[in-house]
Amino acid sequence: MTAGSSHVLAGLASDSAAKLWGVIEAVGGFLAIMAIIFFVAGRATGRLQRPLTVVICLGPAIVLLLIGLVAPAIRTMYLSLHGADAFGPDVHYVGMKNYSWAFTDPTTRATLIRTVLWLVIVPTAATGFGLLVALLVDRMRQGLQSLAKSLIFMPTAISFVGASVIWKYVYNYTDPRQPQIGLLSEVAIKLGWKHPPNWLLTSPVNTFLLMIIMVWIQTGFAMVVLGAALKSIPDEIIEAARMDGASGYRLFRTVQMPMIRTTLVVVVTTIMIATLKVFDIVYTMTGGNFSTDVLSNDMYTQIFTQFNYGRGSALAVILFMAVMPLVGYNVMRMRRDRAAR
Amino acid sequence: MSIIPTTVPVPELGDDHRSTAPVKHVRKAFSNPMASLVVVLLTVLWTVPVLGLLITSLRPRLDSATSGWWTFFAHPHVTLSNYNTVLFHGGYNVSSGLFPYIMNSIAITIPATIIPIFLASMAAYTLAWVRFRGSDTIFFIIFGLQVVPLQMSLVPLLQLYSHGAHIGTVTVIPNLHLKGSLAEVWLSHTMFSLPLAVFLLHNFISQLPESLIEAARMDGASHLRVYRSIVLPLSMPAIASFAIFQFLWVWNDLLVALTFAAKTTASQPLTAQLQQLTGSFGSHLELLTAGGFVSIVIPMIVFFALQRYFVRGMLAGSVKG
Repeated sequence: MTAGSSHVLAGLASDSAAKLWGVIEAVGGFLAIMAIIFFVAGRATGRLQRPLTVVICLGPAIVLLLIGLVAPAIRTMYLSLHGADAFGPDVHYVGMKNYSWAFTDPTTRATLIRTVLWLVIVPTAATGFGLLVALLVDRMRQGLQSLAKSLIFMPTAISFVGASVIWKYVYNYTDPRQPQIGLLSEVAIKLGWKHPPNWLLTSPVNTFLLMIIMVWIQTGFAMVVLGAALKSIPDEIIEAARMDGASGYRLFRTVQMPMIRTTLVVVVTTIMIATLKVFDIVYTMTGGNFSTDVLSNDMYTQIFTQFNYGRGSALAVILFMAVMPLVGYNVMRMRRDRAAR
Repeated sequence: MSIIPTTVPVPELGDDHRSTAPVKHVRKAFSNPMASLVVVLLTVLWTVPVLGLLITSLRPRLDSATSGWWTFFAHPHVTLSNYNTVLFHGGYNVSSGLFPYIMNSIAITIPATIIPIFLASMAAYTLAWVRFRGSDTIFFIIFGLQVVPLQMSLVPLLQLYSHGAHIGTVTVIPNLHLKGSLAEVWLSHTMFSLPLAVFLLHNFISQLPESLIEAARMDGASHLRVYRSIVLPLSMPAIASFAIFQFLWVWNDLLVALTFAAKTTASQPLTAQLQQLTGSFGSHLELLTAGGFVSIVIPMIVFFALQRYFVRGMLAGSVKG
């Protein structure tokens, strides 16, 4: 090892030590403050104790939620009715102009339509594959079963950026006369397609290729949750149905499907919410170019590249409006279940 | 009506304890090779991209630039030099290796996981056991706040961090001079995680045996003491589930980091730098894939080691009513 590289390593080591010390300081400081508050408040007795507990325990969470989510949501709605420059002194009211821009500007309208397409295809495909595996995997040998489940579930732990790097490589384009590097092109050529396109630059196929990444990530989630729901169906019911001669698809449609319907809806809505917010995949793979842009990436571009806070905020509000019924449904279902308990 | 039981089962991937002998017999009778074939096919499809990444990252530059990774099996040449370059040296207009960014990711992730655990479990305990008028309503409002996409908070929070908050001329929150520091990232992740965290932990904490908490209260323990010495230790399974969830979420996050962390080697996490590299290393697949593998290896370890807790957290978050 040369002197130069050991110098570099020493620099890295001291740098890392400084960062780790920063972490210890932050976490230690936080815990110390908590300990002091708990110690002081622990002295309080009698009538004061209860309200004090509520303030100490609930206060920080509520304050952070107000600052981090409630106030910003209101502020974003306000900004969406204003011009581009939200930081400057000349913020001016423009009414619904940002919204009418979002729905009439051809590029942005195409982005919205594309987002709807994501919203329909990704949850359907991911839930479908997840359900398929959950149904079929029971009929395999134990060892293989858990291996298959773990491997299909694995992408859930991978970051969208990491997944994008993985798939960028699968979609790699090389001149068809050269040896291929991308798996997709190789398979296409082997199947007899002489000149496969440059996948990521070719619309509309590129949008679907990006969707595959999201499906790849979300299928494991659907599989695990639906698998648990299928397992919670009492064995006696399945057995009785089998005695009556139901099997395969018929068993699924008439017995299993109705019993997991609630879970199925939850899985679909959860994946829909994740899909609506998806940003990293598009940002990393194409940057929203070549007709692949989606709502959440467009919002980021408007704010941080175009510096148009008004339009960016309007897109954020549209995203909010789209998420609301999905989460609202889940909240209502939960309240109903609680009441039924 | 929900068919999901109120206490979430702990499904261990692949472990089926319930298969009693007759049921197994029935299952076996209906098992069919087509089913196995479909599952194997899907598993291979799901695994091949990761395998390609790993193999490419281990091949010498010349090999991976001129042939597909599947030819590796015919000409196996393995090198670790890609990892050495990408971790410690950089190159091709990239000034440093990924190593400092790994440290940044750790520095961001640990506080952003620990702080919400405490704040959320305290809130969950209060909402579940120190009941007061409106505590149920507050719980549902907090849960409902999941409706706010974090995208909505980006611009207002940026303004808050750099200017403080003012209504007219009245300063509500002064400028805390957090701009660009990691505290900004910790705080943002904490805020965004609270709705889910409070919900998950409340589900668990509210199910603790009432007699236990009542007994401690009778013995004169204050609420804070009950929280610290009974609720917190007993809630460890739920806390573990949430911690893994939050760890993976923060470690894998790109948007919050891009928005709030300063664009420097001193604060950007691994994901943001990897995203940068997709441009800089565009024609150096062997380096990009090594970087990609570095970025997924830590979440993978966490995931495979603690899969059981992760699944439980996921089920509690999405299935349990």
